[in-house]
Amino acid sequence: MKPLAIAAYTVTNALGRGVAAALTALRRGESGLRPCDFEDAALSTWIGRVAGLEEAPLAGEFAPFDCRNNRLARLGLEQDRFGAAVRAARERHGADRIGVFIGTSTSGIGATEHAYRQRDPATGRLPDHFDYQHTHNLFSAADFTRRWLALSGVALAVSTACSSSAKAFASAYRHLRAGFCDAAVVGGVDSLCLTTLYGFNALELASSQRCRPWDADRDGLNLGEAAGFALLEWAEPDDARPLLLGYGESSDAHHMSAAHPEGAGAALAMQQALARAELRPEQVDYINLHGTATPSNDAAEDRAVLRIFGPDTPCSSTKGWTGHTLGAAGITEAVFVWLCLEHGLIPGTLNTRRIDPNLGAGVVLDNREQPLRVALSNSFGFGGTNCSLLFGRRVA
Amino acid sequence: MNTLQVEGVGLMAPGLAGWPNGRAVLAGERPYAAEPMPAASAALLPANERRRTTATVKLALHVTQEAALQADIDPGILPTVLASSGGDSEVVDRICAALTLPERPVSPTHFHHSVHNTPAGYWSIATRCTAASLSLSAYDDSFAAGLMEAAALAWTDRTRVLLVAYDLPPPFPLSERRVIVAPFAVALVLNPAPTERRLATLRLARRADRPASRLDDPQLETLRLGNPAARSLPLLRAIARSTASRVTVSTGASGWLELEIEP
Repeated sequence: MKPLAIAAYTVTNALGRGVAAALTALRRGESGLRPCDFEDAALSTWIGRVAGLEEAPLAGEFAPFDCRNNRLARLGLEQDRFGAAVRAARERHGADRIGVFIGTSTSGIGATEHAYRQRDPATGRLPDHFDYQHTHNLFSAADFTRRWLALSGVALAVSTACSSSAKAFASAYRHLRAGFCDAAVVGGVDSLCLTTLYGFNALELASSQRCRPWDADRDGLNLGEAAGFALLEWAEPDDARPLLLGYGESSDAHHMSAAHPEGAGAALAMQQALARAELRPEQVDYINLHGTATPSNDAAEDRAVLRIFGPDTPCSSTKGWTGHTLGAAGITEAVFVWLCLEHGLIPGTLNTRRIDPNLGAGVVLDNREQPLRVALSNSFGFGGTNCSLLFGRRVA
Repeated sequence: MNTLQVEGVGLMAPGLAGWPNGRAVLAGERPYAAEPMPAASAALLPANERRRTTATVKLALHVTQEAALQADIDPGILPTVLASSGGDSEVVDRICAALTLPERPVSPTHFHHSVHNTPAGYWSIATRCTAASLSLSAYDDSFAAGLMEAAALAWTDRTRVLLVAYDLPPPFPLSERRVIVAPFAVALVLNPAPTERRLATLRLARRADRPASRLDDPQLETLRLGNPAARSLPLLRAIARSTASRVTVSTGASGWLELEIEP
């Protein structure tokens, strides 16, 4: 496929605001995870919470959008001069020719959780201040992003659980190919909420420790929250920016909340990404795994990676830094991959000490400094929805 | 490359149960009457999954199955695009209600049914389809967004695509803040290549400023405005009438999607 260039990018998560905070934490091996202190959640787990959202309400024309998720989106959009990059793109392409493709799994459902706790005891009605359209509805995250950036092109929210913001790249590529837009803002925003904290707890998938992907003693995930955005345009022939080289999407056709045990759908997504990029497995220098640290998901992904890449391709999960940011995981890990391509870094797998002897992929435990040209990022979700993205740099 | 052939239609709404019935009403052969909908069968789902699943999943799968059958294609190979404004609000209601109780007893089944792509997951399980599936929302403009995504996917990968749009009225108390007047689900099998099976050819173009197409029957117009999936009605009417026509669907702030329809 014709590559897309990443013209600008930014990420905000438990490691801090903007890419510099993320890169510093990745290099130093400093996790953003902490014992759960979200609202009044009484759960014995660790979370990757973004500091300061509680004190940063949206005001003025954006007041109707005020909820944790859109506060996080705003905070993310304010970093790394992302708004200035989009303004420049608006001059080049026109506001109605830049599409907005935002992945989210729960959007601002936290606003509805709060409203239900404030129901009128006599009538059961929700409080007057509750604004479903601008907070909870999935499109709210995309609508807010579009309005904040003063864009008027196509806009949609992709919501395919934990592959959401990875699949936003595929949707953006297709819209560019179809001529529906000339550039795209892709991203993902997912914030902590009681639905996911208590939901994963009910599924017995949340760990009471720091998550340990691929570790023999791994026992579940930690939830995190994040906002990440990127501006995509068609690449120039000798483009020095990071490039989207390929994407692959598949469905497991297996189970609503369990991955295919052999990782069949995951393998299909990775194979399609390679085919679209016209690359062979041995040309991939690093794989950022989905790597949630649940026993079955890591096992399924391990089989899929082994089948296609064998045991030698370096791979790691960065969930130990951020927790699993669900619908924002795809963009978060894409940004990590671009930082790694730019700075020649293979991150280790934080918190993991003893790799499960039943797993065989080339999981790296400690950070390595080495030049990278091509890297793959995996995102897999509930309902068996899989997406793999291939990124690369042209090295002179 | 800006055309799509419609090869199959699935439809379910009050008074529009199934495409043969809905087609006759929309073609003007019979007057519209908002009769209660028959139960969605979602017969493709294994019995135990069907028992556990929700009205939203059943409705989405029911029309998808009808469209695939009508196009006489193996649904197990087609990529799908699912467009829904709010997804499964019944599940959201149950989870948010559970979160108000001591101990917050969120049901694990409700939780894994809370993702927007639940119908896509069940469709893939039922048909053994491993092709890509994208679930999206664009609030009231979800149908137009889904149609553009489906078109872009069909053209990019040169493949048939199954587009499904659906929304159901939310339960109280959400119903007071998100008014959806009746359930509505539509599915279209779209082929970017010429085909003998076609019911209509669509030509898509984004326009800056056009009025959205309306329906002359006041009850159908209320339905069109009252459910994001029912924004498809002017297109369905054009297909039903088998005459060349032009239809405009809002895409929100980004303007309008103009569809030229040829029989």
